[in-house]
Amino acid sequence: MAPGGFIPCTHFLNKDSLVRISFLVGAFSFAFLFACGTSAMAEAPGDAKAVKQDDKGKYLDAKGDPTFSVKPDGTVDWYTYSGFRRYHSECHVCHGPDAEGSTYAPALKDSVKRLNYQEYFGIVVGGRQNLAGGENKVMPALGDNKNVMCYIDDIYVYLRARSDDSISRGRPQKHEDKPPLAADAERACLGDQN
Amino acid sequence: MRKFLLMSCVGAAALLANGAAFANDELIQLSKDPKQWALPTGDYANHRFSKLDQINSDNVKRLTPVWSFSTGVLRGHEGGPLVIGSVMYFNTPFPNIVYALDLNHDGKILWKYEPKQDPNVIPVMCCDTVNRGVAYADGKIFQYQADTTLVALDAKSGAVVWSVKNGDPSRGETGTSAPQVVKDKVLVGISGGEFGVRGSLTAYDLKTGKKAWRGYSMGPDSDTLIDPVNTTYLGKPVGKDSGINTWKGDQWKIGGGTTWGWYSYDPDLNLVYYGSGNPSTWNPKQRPGDNRWSMTVWARDADTGVAKWVYQLTPHDEWDYDAINEMILANQEMRKVLVHFDRNGFGYTIDRITGEPLVAEKFDPAVNWATKVDLDKSSKTYGRPLVVKEYSTEENGEDVNSQGICPAALGSKDEQPAAYSPITNLFYIPANHVCMDYEPFHVSYTAGQPYVGATLSMYPPKGESNMGNFTAWDAKNGKIVWQKKELFSVWSGALATAGNVVFYGTLEGYLKAVDATTGDELFKFKTPSGIIGNVMTYEHNGKQYVAVLSGVGGWAGIGLAAGLTKGTEGLGAVGGYAALSNYTALGGQLTVFALPSGL
Repeated sequence: MAPGGFIPCTHFLNKDSLVRISFLVGAFSFAFLFACGTSAMAEAPGDAKAVKQDDKGKYLDAKGDPTFSVKPDGTVDWYTYSGFRRYHSECHVCHGPDAEGSTYAPALKDSVKRLNYQEYFGIVVGGRQNLAGGENKVMPALGDNKNVMCYIDDIYVYLRARSDDSISRGRPQKHEDKPPLAADAERACLGDQN
Repeated sequence: MRKFLLMSCVGAAALLANGAAFANDELIQLSKDPKQWALPTGDYANHRFSKLDQINSDNVKRLTPVWSFSTGVLRGHEGGPLVIGSVMYFNTPFPNIVYALDLNHDGKILWKYEPKQDPNVIPVMCCDTVNRGVAYADGKIFQYQADTTLVALDAKSGAVVWSVKNGDPSRGETGTSAPQVVKDKVLVGISGGEFGVRGSLTAYDLKTGKKAWRGYSMGPDSDTLIDPVNTTYLGKPVGKDSGINTWKGDQWKIGGGTTWGWYSYDPDLNLVYYGSGNPSTWNPKQRPGDNRWSMTVWARDADTGVAKWVYQLTPHDEWDYDAINEMILANQEMRKVLVHFDRNGFGYTIDRITGEPLVAEKFDPAVNWATKVDLDKSSKTYGRPLVVKEYSTEENGEDVNSQGICPAALGSKDEQPAAYSPITNLFYIPANHVCMDYEPFHVSYTAGQPYVGATLSMYPPKGESNMGNFTAWDAKNGKIVWQKKELFSVWSGALATAGNVVFYGTLEGYLKAVDATTGDELFKFKTPSGIIGNVMTYEHNGKQYVAVLSGVGGWAGIGLAAGLTKGTEGLGAVGGYAALSNYTALGGQLTVFALPSGL
């Protein structure tokens, strides 16, 4: 895969790519299979309310998509906090601080109101282009980037929490401890630790 | 007067027609003629000063836009026009259109060059698709494109004379800087410090585009063109393989130290001066050692590229304080110095023959990450900044949020070039006034993917609401003479003139003129978009003009476009900071100003 390159959705059906991506994204490959070709009849993202937790301490909504949890005292779940950090390393140089957008990339706190989890996932993995009207906007394909793919759900739940102002701008002041299985999954996903 | 003008136009035309044996001499002559603006930096000394004084501190208030030109490109316009004879040349951000406009006909398009580039280069440009301008020499216009193609165009027709590829965008290598022509060579750097790109400065033959030399920022001596015996650091030989032995293992291969700023040149010493950028990654824990020669001021021989001296300003960077900002060459009494306003917030005055630091003082009082730069030659820490532990992201470690560090990663000043007036003997600094929280964490490297490894948030210094300054500086004594607050970072290159006026642009889109002596604001005009371009001036048919590109974007368009809102708890910020988007929108435009006729 050309680094930084745009990969048409159909390429993901190629078996080699699938194996490689699956290696990177592990448990998320199920979601990614549904990432393509959904834009025409996209289902809006559902209610963000968390109804359960998976074995890694990740909160899920009624549809089973990752979501956030914010306690009355402002304590956020680990993944939302982790998403804040990863967003501000990998995404903010284009999409602006606190998912507020920049002069050349959209505010993702708004984008996730329209895009469902599968669409979000597909765009992050495969990128997208908008070269019309002098825009020259290109989102890179990040499917090869472990610093993104190992945290793709973290970033999603952070954006979701920002989208309805469940968390305000800036760093979440309090967060839940990192679930032990989350640490294991992170190590397994990142692989090397050089 | 009229006759003299005519002669100078003929002279320029002759140069265009014949080409010059020594582009150097041609450019030195052109840059001495205040009617033209021949180098992206104004002159080799990087003064950005004009002897024109028709527009002066008495009449500048009557300045008015006389013609304008849409570039057809929306994103950040970080360069500025050249004027050679009666033709104006400038380029745009990606897709890097080059325009040649006829000043005899209100900017009629003489030719337009638009390269075809793979748009996949766009997302590997860290901070917008900016380009800092074109260069001229020997009847050719040189553009360094986003995809690292350096192309020479016939200045008369726009036809491609030669073209060469300097880097590989699939590895994150991109072109954003303006080329500089020195003697018979065209110099280009490389961008991609956020992608683990190993920086280099490369010289290509002016006539053919053949590579003459390339000096890397790190690596073995054969790569860095460092002579272990004759290249000095703080007056002493650097020793063998100094570009490797302060790195862990092979990390120097993805070590950063990119070179996307401005290049100045001293014809008498035959030395080229520029700075290298941040070491990759932004997580200091992951790359132990001084990480030489990232964050370094370089003096290289213009013919061979061999380094005369190096001075690393921020060893083992922990904050992204690139040293890429311009080197301004000036003389102090009998001493040849260079003056450099670093991202790290210190204004350095350095002996440019030896590389010895003479002055290093904060040009923004908010700077807190270091108490001072140690200039005591007998000290073990000679030449190094004395870092405050509280603000050391290395000391605090991975996964710890170091708070209240000033300046922020975009520095007390970024690439936007300062100006120097030999009349006032002051340096005029377009500056940022922003602090940050910085949390480094572990990242893995993938070629062509971002390699950052830190979470940042940025905001004005505690208790303050302005995020920019325009500062006049005394480089002999290292003192601020006056400082003018701006709501947002001043991200536009300044221009000083013999008319006792200094010009700069603001992110809201104002072109401003201030009194060179007092800093009093004399004029402002709101252009269609925020200004991150560099102000220049020229004379045509006896009239002085001031020109600037508008078009908000660049890093300023990321970090600050969204602004800050009130109630950002824990940051200590007061009041509400309106977003830049409340003031301006995208749009590339050239605006040309003059005094009304009859004055």
